[in-house]
Amino acid sequence: MTSTPVPVESPPPRRGPSRRRRLDRKGWWFVAPFLVVFALVFLAPIAYALWLSLFQEQVFFGGTRFVGLDNYATALADAKFWESFLRVLLFLVVQVPVMLLLALVAALAIDSARLHAAGFFRIVIFLPYAVPGVVAALMWGFIYGDNFGLAADLNDLLGTRAVQPLSGDWVLLAIGNIVTWEFVGYNMLIFYSALKVIPGELHEAAAIDGAGAFRTIVSIKLPSIRGAVMIATIFSIIGSFQLFNEPNILRTLAPNAINTSYTPNMYAYNLSFGGQQYNYSATVAIVMGVITAIIAYVVQLRGARKGA
Amino acid sequence: MSTTRRPRKVATTLAAALLAVLSGCSSGSDGAAPGGGGGSQEAVDAALREGGEITYWSWTPSAKAQVEAFQQEFPNVRVNYVNAGTGNDHYTRLQNAVKAGSGAPDVAQVEYQALPQFALTGALVDLGPYGFGGFESDYTPSTWNSVRVGDGLFGLPQDSGPMALFYNREVFDRHGIAVPATWAEYVEAGKRLHAADPTKYITADTGDAGFATSMIWQAGGRPFTTDGQSVTIDLQDEGARKWTSVWDQLVGQGLVAEIPGWTDAWYRALGDGTITSLAVGAWMPGVLEASVPGGAGKWAVAPLPTHDGTPVTAENGGSTQSVLRQSANPALAAAFVRWLNNGNGIKPFLAGGGFPATTADLGSAAFKDRESPYFGGQKVNQVLTRAAGQVAPGWSYLPYQLYANSIFGDTVGKAYADRSSLDDGLTAWQQALADYGNQQGFTVTTG
Amino acid sequence: MTAVASTSDPRRKSPVLTAVMAVYLLYTLVPLVWLLISATKTQQALLTTSGLSFGGPFALVDNVVQTFTHDGGIFLRWLGNTLLYVVVGAGGATALATAAGYGLAKYPFRGRNAVFAVLLGAIAIPGTALAVPTFLLFSNLGLTNTPWAVIIPSLVSPFGLYLIWTYTAEAVPDELLEAARIDGAGELRIFLTVTLRVLLPGVVTVALFTVVSTWNNYFLPLIMLSEPGWYPLTVGLNQWSAQATGVGAQPIYHLVITGSVITIVPLVAAFLLLQRFWQSGLTAGSVKR
Repeated sequence: MTSTPVPVESPPPRRGPSRRRRLDRKGWWFVAPFLVVFALVFLAPIAYALWLSLFQEQVFFGGTRFVGLDNYATALADAKFWESFLRVLLFLVVQVPVMLLLALVAALAIDSARLHAAGFFRIVIFLPYAVPGVVAALMWGFIYGDNFGLAADLNDLLGTRAVQPLSGDWVLLAIGNIVTWEFVGYNMLIFYSALKVIPGELHEAAAIDGAGAFRTIVSIKLPSIRGAVMIATIFSIIGSFQLFNEPNILRTLAPNAINTSYTPNMYAYNLSFGGQQYNYSATVAIVMGVITAIIAYVVQLRGARKGA
Repeated sequence: MSTTRRPRKVATTLAAALLAVLSGCSSGSDGAAPGGGGGSQEAVDAALREGGEITYWSWTPSAKAQVEAFQQEFPNVRVNYVNAGTGNDHYTRLQNAVKAGSGAPDVAQVEYQALPQFALTGALVDLGPYGFGGFESDYTPSTWNSVRVGDGLFGLPQDSGPMALFYNREVFDRHGIAVPATWAEYVEAGKRLHAADPTKYITADTGDAGFATSMIWQAGGRPFTTDGQSVTIDLQDEGARKWTSVWDQLVGQGLVAEIPGWTDAWYRALGDGTITSLAVGAWMPGVLEASVPGGAGKWAVAPLPTHDGTPVTAENGGSTQSVLRQSANPALAAAFVRWLNNGNGIKPFLAGGGFPATTADLGSAAFKDRESPYFGGQKVNQVLTRAAGQVAPGWSYLPYQLYANSIFGDTVGKAYADRSSLDDGLTAWQQALADYGNQQGFTVTTG
Repeated sequence: MTAVASTSDPRRKSPVLTAVMAVYLLYTLVPLVWLLISATKTQQALLTTSGLSFGGPFALVDNVVQTFTHDGGIFLRWLGNTLLYVVVGAGGATALATAAGYGLAKYPFRGRNAVFAVLLGAIAIPGTALAVPTFLLFSNLGLTNTPWAVIIPSLVSPFGLYLIWTYTAEAVPDELLEAARIDGAGELRIFLTVTLRVLLPGVVTVALFTVVSTWNNYFLPLIMLSEPGWYPLTVGLNQWSAQATGVGAQPIYHLVITGSVITIVPLVAAFLLLQRFWQSGLTAGSVKR
């Protein structure tokens, strides 16, 4: 079972190979409905995008020609693309650990039974995830605004104009803050529910051993939710590489600090919707997807090996 | 096993759909119809008599009232009014529908700057063959010029936005600042104002493509010319440089509030005197009256400052209604457009606070002499209608102005943010536009 | 038979831990407080008073009434659409993800690793960038501008699938399934009666995530729908917000904000409702044969 990707589990009991195989084939029944919709919603557009990436269309004159891998060559040599890639990489390296750590601490605290009003904490910390994007723009516009917002109040207090969250040097930090604010609760919930599915005997055993709170966390809780941490990490990596909503929202407030190729995903989006360069946009999306998948896969393999 | 067949069936449907997409894509559009000169309106009248059903996409505030009035007048025509979003949301949907080959409305609102893009990609119907060319004398020359692309007529103008200077008279008076007649005086006013009260700015601008192109237009610049497949871009012509020489001073010295337009902070700043003037289109009074209550009694309107004292202005904003080539009943759609912008549709439009493009309405005494309590009783339309007659002729937008505007922030906007030379920003913009144009099959010459 | 750590743990509450968490809570709450305070203001007061203090007349009730009556009461329609998309979309997504996650975790059939690779590869490609291909595809299937264009894509939750996959691997022992098989139970019955009960906290979590993401689904409906009658709340609110732009601008921030608060309330209610399942839903102890 070494090649089984994410889950860590014991090998299935062998009970006559043919019977087992017949039984295993029944697994398809559970997976098939998902895969059918998945094919329609994910695979078909991707196949279409792959096809698109081999052509170049000139929308004004209706000419489409086959260009082979030219678009890929262009993308790989595209300074704008790599600049945006490095930006999200920097973002990933800093923001993802901060966010996941906060989420883990929150989940352990809420699960520890030593917190007053744990239910209240759980819901409030999760709440930001439920705020619609339109409102997020208004809200952060108020908080980051250095004319009328909280940033302006802070500047008045300090007697400076130093705090300008929407200016060029600050804006990546401002985005990181929004993403953290939004997603700590989300990840907290993943960890929390993973803690909840830990079989009870483990805790009982620990209690009998007289393990302290800290030791229980390190030796029982953390190993038990390793799978969940792995999933959260992989999805956070993918999420960072696909960063789109938050910078896109802040763009209305900081149009000059965030350009149309601020992140790879924004770049692909703007190529498509601003410039109708559907072919090149599809290429950028695919290149980005391949890079993301490779990195996510490597991280997953390393995580799995560490656990083994 | 029926259940194994099901996924296969889905897969077949999928493959068919994919194939349809691919083939639909490769067949492409067959380009715009040959331009029509004359023609008669008989077909349009006949379609109107016969009746039918059309769909209309618009975000104009008066659209609903107009559609209701139209249905009252022509009960045999059913108009499905859809507000498919404002600005870019609307264009995204329109563009997608055009690309998909179905789902587009019969009639859509299109801003003047966006019209060439839709016209040249073959999305719109030339209204020349319906005899609409004869309406030319009903409209101001600048708006009529805006609905003509190449030899075709791709809509009838609904509104116009000749620019004027909107200013907060109260703040101006408090600091003893006279209304500037030239841009040099405007810069001086900006300096004095900000020196007297650092919380006040002469205007707000974080880089807006529509504004910048209008200002270049007013200064005599004609950066974009298109002739068939060849495009010339010169964002460093005399007019463009005149504008940057003024605006560089304002931006470089921090005299311009860095508040992006149309945000709540911007509305707030217009109301509390932080932003004390705006060079903007004639449709602005409605916005101020409805949405900046704090400015009531304070704002006033003056002619746009000029570079050399000769009165001249430019258009800023404004839309046309166009007929889509996907329309199953283009004659009826054309009839609706005619009614909207050359018939009884203008009345509800004016009642909704719109600024018209029709010379008769601009010239009517009732319109010109209306006193606005918001502007302290000033007859603002006198200033604004005069401006409508002073729009510099000969302007045209790029065939891909929507794209151009979308990357304005990447280039010129950067110069704003760094307070560096706007000329450098414009040059970078020009380069990006030339690259894009060449890629799209135009032959781009840069000046 | 106490499976849940929190209930089996007799230790006292810690004020220090609570205080530390309260600091984080404050960080979470400030923007939301702004939202709540703003919902009590008129459009005029919004643009003239400070954000974190009350100002102008208390207009919450009036704002709520206006939100539901503006533009012929279309907000109610959007609310109804959103409910439809959530019930069908998120409900379906949870069911599909749970079944598939379980199937992948407990049936080592051939091609399982390929499924994993394809899933990971597919979700790594940014969906927003594929919006146009997806739109064209759906347009050819005749699905655009119908509720299906929103519902079908939200039926897929790869994240939910992975979550169930790991939870199943961690929490559902093979012995449990074997025991049921020896008792003669069919595979579907085992899934429905044995596995689901064990996995309930995980399923509830996935349900919550899919509910929230369907509820907040913005981009796809924006592309797929052009008829406001089919909009979900997010796209509708965005349209109201965009009214503040350009020629004929009519900002109605007060309704956008009040509408958002109304949008969030059902989610909070759902969360509170689901809370019960985390507390009571664990039967992992029944593994003991």
